[in-house]
Amino acid sequence: MSDQETVLEMNDLHTHFFTDSGEIPAVDGVSLRVNKGEVVGIVGESGCGKSVASLSIMQLVPSPPGRIVDGDIQFKGENLATATEKRMRKIRGNEISMIFQEPMTSLDPLFTIGNQMEEAIRIHQKISKKEARTKAADMLKQVGIPRAEAILDEHPHQLSGGMRQRVMIAMAMSCDPELLIADEPTTALDVTIQAQILDLMRKLNKENDTAILLITHDLGVVAEICDRVVVMYAGQVVEEGTAREILKDPKHPYSQGLIRSLPKLREREQKLYSIPGTVPKPKMGRVGCRFADRCPFAFDRCYEETPSLIQLNNQRTSRCFLYDKEAQEDAESPVGS
Amino acid sequence: MFSYVMRRLVMLIPVLVGMTLITFSIVHLIPGNPAQVMLGETATAEAIADLEESMGLNEPYLVQYGLYISDLLQGDLGTSLRSKAEISQEIWPYIAATFELTVFAMLFAIFIGVNAGIISAWKQNSWFDFLAMLFALVGVSMPVFWLALMEQWVFAQELGWLPAYGRENSRDPMAPITHFYVLDSLIHLDFARTWVTLKHLILPSIALGTIPMAIIARMTRSSMLEVMKSDYVRTVRAKGSGTFLVIYKHALKNAMIPVLTVIGLQTGVLLGGAILTETIFSWPGLGRYVYEAINYRDYPVIQSGILVIAFIFVIINLVVDVLYKLIDPRIKY
Ligand SMILES: Nc1ncnc2c1ncn2[C@@H]1O[C@H](COP(=O)(O)OP(=O)(O)OP(=O)(O)O)[C@@H](O)[C@H]1O
Ligand code: SF4
Ligand SMILES: [Mg+2]
Repeated sequence: MSDQETVLEMNDLHTHFFTDSGEIPAVDGVSLRVNKGEVVGIVGESGCGKSVASLSIMQLVPSPPGRIVDGDIQFKGENLATATEKRMRKIRGNEISMIFQEPMTSLDPLFTIGNQMEEAIRIHQKISKKEARTKAADMLKQVGIPRAEAILDEHPHQLSGGMRQRVMIAMAMSCDPELLIADEPTTALDVTIQAQILDLMRKLNKENDTAILLITHDLGVVAEICDRVVVMYAGQVVEEGTAREILKDPKHPYSQGLIRSLPKLREREQKLYSIPGTVPKPKMGRVGCRFADRCPFAFDRCYEETPSLIQLNNQRTSRCFLYDKEAQEDAESPVGS
Repeated sequence: MFSYVMRRLVMLIPVLVGMTLITFSIVHLIPGNPAQVMLGETATAEAIADLEESMGLNEPYLVQYGLYISDLLQGDLGTSLRSKAEISQEIWPYIAATFELTVFAMLFAIFIGVNAGIISAWKQNSWFDFLAMLFALVGVSMPVFWLALMEQWVFAQELGWLPAYGRENSRDPMAPITHFYVLDSLIHLDFARTWVTLKHLILPSIALGTIPMAIIARMTRSSMLEVMKSDYVRTVRAKGSGTFLVIYKHALKNAMIPVLTVIGLQTGVLLGGAILTETIFSWPGLGRYVYEAINYRDYPVIQSGILVIAFIFVIINLVVDVLYKLIDPRIKY
């Protein structure tokens, strides 16, 4: 749907860490797009570079050692990759908000909820403390917190994990951002609370038309609320498409593995499938497909050449030689496996 | 808050009892006849008997302890063997002198230490950070007496900027009210004297404050670095706040919790009386009072001096705990 208005477009982003043990390309050429009002998921196992990619958008990658070395992030006609800190301050929390995985530690333990919410509002809006407080209470009601007024005077340790994540969401939404980045917002919560938080995000997305970039390693979460999905592996995008297509018919062997490892309700599999091996540590100058060591379809070419993203249809791409038309005869299609 | 303080005060009772047990036994742990030891080899049998009588040394221990406690409760710290004066009367100017010096030394240590620590953490690995931490390392390792002597040599003897000894101009003594001289001079509205008193405080405050300053700077730096990496600081930045709000509101308040412990401990150490520094600067403080009592085997003074120092420690601890509670809402008892 390229006719839709684009909110965020990341082009060939490279974010590297410069450590004592060398340069680490944690994000190694990632491109992705988020349209207005859309929920886009970034999926991948731990260490794939999902968090670093999303923190790059906000210029919040810990620096040193991290730095964006190449690529651009277009947001409303502006390149955030090279924006000044002063400019970023105007954007953070105002036009793009972010919530994090750990609701337990993401709020300052020494200040009341009200203080922290008012702060978020007053950084961007020139209103009085009293007005900010009223607004904060309204936001808390919007995210389904019953006794909003009382909660404002409480400290984070007095709330449950789910409540705190609601507070984080209320805070993030308080300046009505165009884009909400949520880095594993439900991972630390138990299942019922997870579902509630996802429902809430879906509701805010619909009502306020806020685009959401949702980072997760849980395809169940993707199925729940995402419109489109970007699958990441070892610092790169390996597959992109609509959530429906990717869940139903994954093309890349890594996506297939991820989906096979989803617990299925109907089938009585004794053991949950998991992709053998682990995500390789990012390193510079790697040749060959990064998934080759763990891929059941790997063949010679996978070790010798580096695959690039192949366009399968107008919104589907996959980084795998199996879909390389010119070399189609070299391999058998794994489709339908 | 009030009930918290009350509860903490009640919790102090066993500590105070323990303290009195220790100071009580100081006299009774003296091998042989305490009265003989206190009065020395040449004492007459009559004098020894008199002392035993007046200190109640002939009574059973339990009775002696009971008498000791009942005296303490009435504010009676005993009588100095040397000056024959009531210790409770005599000791106050020494406490005030030490207290005043401690306050200024700690103000110096906290102001420089905390700010240097913040800037060091904020500009980690910069030349400022490097110099500040080098300075802090030198500061903790430098012998205080050496620093004191160097200060006197440079600023008093060579440059003649600051006085090297005492609390005031000895030819023009103060009419003391509280014995806190800065305060007294202000009460007298004698601002010239305030200036003189402050000048006397500068060198000993720096000598005493240097080690706490270095410790506080290092503690603040490491604590700030830790806090700056925390999730909630990232949240504050994600809200779009500027550096000032991040550092001076959120990071500093959180980082202060461990620093407060260090400040409390160091204040306690200084209030306990820094014998060496007080001697070098002829500062008539608690450390010197007890030190001289030791030289004269003035056991009642030693006993009471130690009790007062221990008591000050306990009070500082209480103050630190109350401050914790004010800073950190998670603490409950
Ligand atoms: N501060 C850092 N210093 C050095 N390397 C880092 C740092 N932060 C991240 N990395 C590198 O970036 C890689 C990607 O990390 P990232 O946190 O983005 O993974 P992720 O996909 O979000 O994983 P998770 O699901 O565990 O959150 C890591 O493997 C690590 O090597
Ligand atoms: S390129 Fe080769 S190794 Fe990589 S995913 Fe495709 S088949 Fe597997
Ligand atoms: Mg992550």
